[in-house]
Amino acid sequence: MANLRILIVDANQVRATIIEEGLREAGYEQLIRISATTGLVAAIEANDPDVVVIDLEDPSRDALADMFLVSRHVRRPITMFVDQSDSASIEAAVEAGVSAYIVDGLKKERMQAILQTCISRFNAFRKLREELDEARSQLDDRKTIDRAKGIVMRLKGLSEDEAYALMRRTAMNEKRKLVDIARSLITAAEMLK
Amino acid sequence: MTTLHLRVGFMPLVDAALLVAAADSGIAQAHGLSLELVREVSWSNLRDRLHVRLLDAAHMLAPAAIASTLGIGGVTAPMAAPILLNLNGNALTVSARRFEEMARVANGDLADPVVSAQALATLVSARKASGLPPLAFAAVFGFSCHTYLLRDWMALGGVRLGEDVRLEIVPPVRTVEALASGEVDGFCAGAPWNTLAVEAGVGAILHCGVDLMPDCLEKVLAWRADDVERRSEAVARLNAALIEASHWASDEANWPSLARLLAAPDRLAAPAALIEAILRGEIVQGGGRPIRRVPSYIRFDAAAIHPDPAHADLLLAAMARAGQVVVTPNLIERARAVFVPLALEAATG
Repeated sequence: MANLRILIVDANQVRATIIEEGLREAGYEQLIRISATTGLVAAIEANDPDVVVIDLEDPSRDALADMFLVSRHVRRPITMFVDQSDSASIEAAVEAGVSAYIVDGLKKERMQAILQTCISRFNAFRKLREELDEARSQLDDRKTIDRAKGIVMRLKGLSEDEAYALMRRTAMNEKRKLVDIARSLITAAEMLK
Repeated sequence: MTTLHLRVGFMPLVDAALLVAAADSGIAQAHGLSLELVREVSWSNLRDRLHVRLLDAAHMLAPAAIASTLGIGGVTAPMAAPILLNLNGNALTVSARRFEEMARVANGDLADPVVSAQALATLVSARKASGLPPLAFAAVFGFSCHTYLLRDWMALGGVRLGEDVRLEIVPPVRTVEALASGEVDGFCAGAPWNTLAVEAGVGAILHCGVDLMPDCLEKVLAWRADDVERRSEAVARLNAALIEASHWASDEANWPSLARLLAAPDRLAAPAALIEAILRGEIVQGGGRPIRRVPSYIRFDAAAIHPDPAHADLLLAAMARAGQVVVTPNLIERARAVFVPLALEAATG
């Protein structure tokens, strides 16, 4: 297993690291990472990998797809890895956003394991990013609410707690989210400036 | 009539015009569709996302639809094209430097493909003799009319693509950059990329697709083959919308509007004036030559979008010349099945 050379093509450094760790944990040692969307063919010639794992969004995928046709300058022909009998894994890979290419002759079972690792790592990365986005938007909400609170305090001469309580009550009465009330307040305050 | 939501993938090219016109001018809505266009970065992505139904239909290179159906080069993902999206639209561009070199050695008018191919042959042998690396030309996908145009043009001068000249695969959006950096010496791509290369001052258009292959079937609207029957209502509505878009896009009076729709940041993100000139068939050639008028440079008219199983024969022949397939009767039958005119007749009739 350790003697398989895997080339990871991903412009996203964080995701590439997550994939690399995953494959390393699974026992693969010869891992090469490149981020370039250009010069992929040259990188493959130079590194002579057995497997290429590539971000589905990488535009150089079309060049890779062609390597088996114009393989004159490539030592070993490369084809996209597809287990035609296993449509679920094709779907899982495309949905996760990863695609794998193999050189001729590699056993299907060995490839399945690599692909599964990559799919789960791609999904883990996506989850991480979604969580980060959520945390970011929560932080933004917090800031909006604080700003609106300041406006209420100033205009109505209330303390911080009182201003917050008033906003919460309004939100509950109107069955709206606190952040929406805060946004309306800010918009109104700006209009009346 | 309940509105059907359809996600259709496309590449940023002028030949996505009928899809863009249908989605962005209200035509699709009038046909009971909410049409969401998704811009993709590669033909492989379009094929794979269509296959797993992340897309309902896709803007697709006609030869790629055949290759996918036959399972050459990856997943066997049978596709069907109930309607075509255009004919023609390609051009062959070389770097400003190679154009000058070719003009110097040309034995006649470079506008003649035989003369230009022979000029290329002269360059190729001169480089070989002085130990320079071979020239590199780019096509946008292996299974594409661009590959076949390049190959057939070079053959006129006895030059073999893939042997005497390297073939690189470069996505349309990267062609201008690849030409400017010297990564490739020339490319064949669809509009507006050739014009953009000329406007950027890095290339000169040698030939338009119509000079080499008149009425070349370029893009189709591809569905999963099994969906064409299963989802006949959706197919019929999208066909009807695209037929109306074809009428609209064939009327000269609408070209400024069509150009503006295509120019949008989430569509082609290219200047509207440049796109409009392409629709008019006014092609800036570069290399110190005047604007060339090319009738039928790109066709969206009613006759251009009608699928015909005979298209498969022509494309298979080109694929075979390029060494991509060995044609057998069974292969011809499966490839012909990609072009399903019945659905279109049902929609129009």
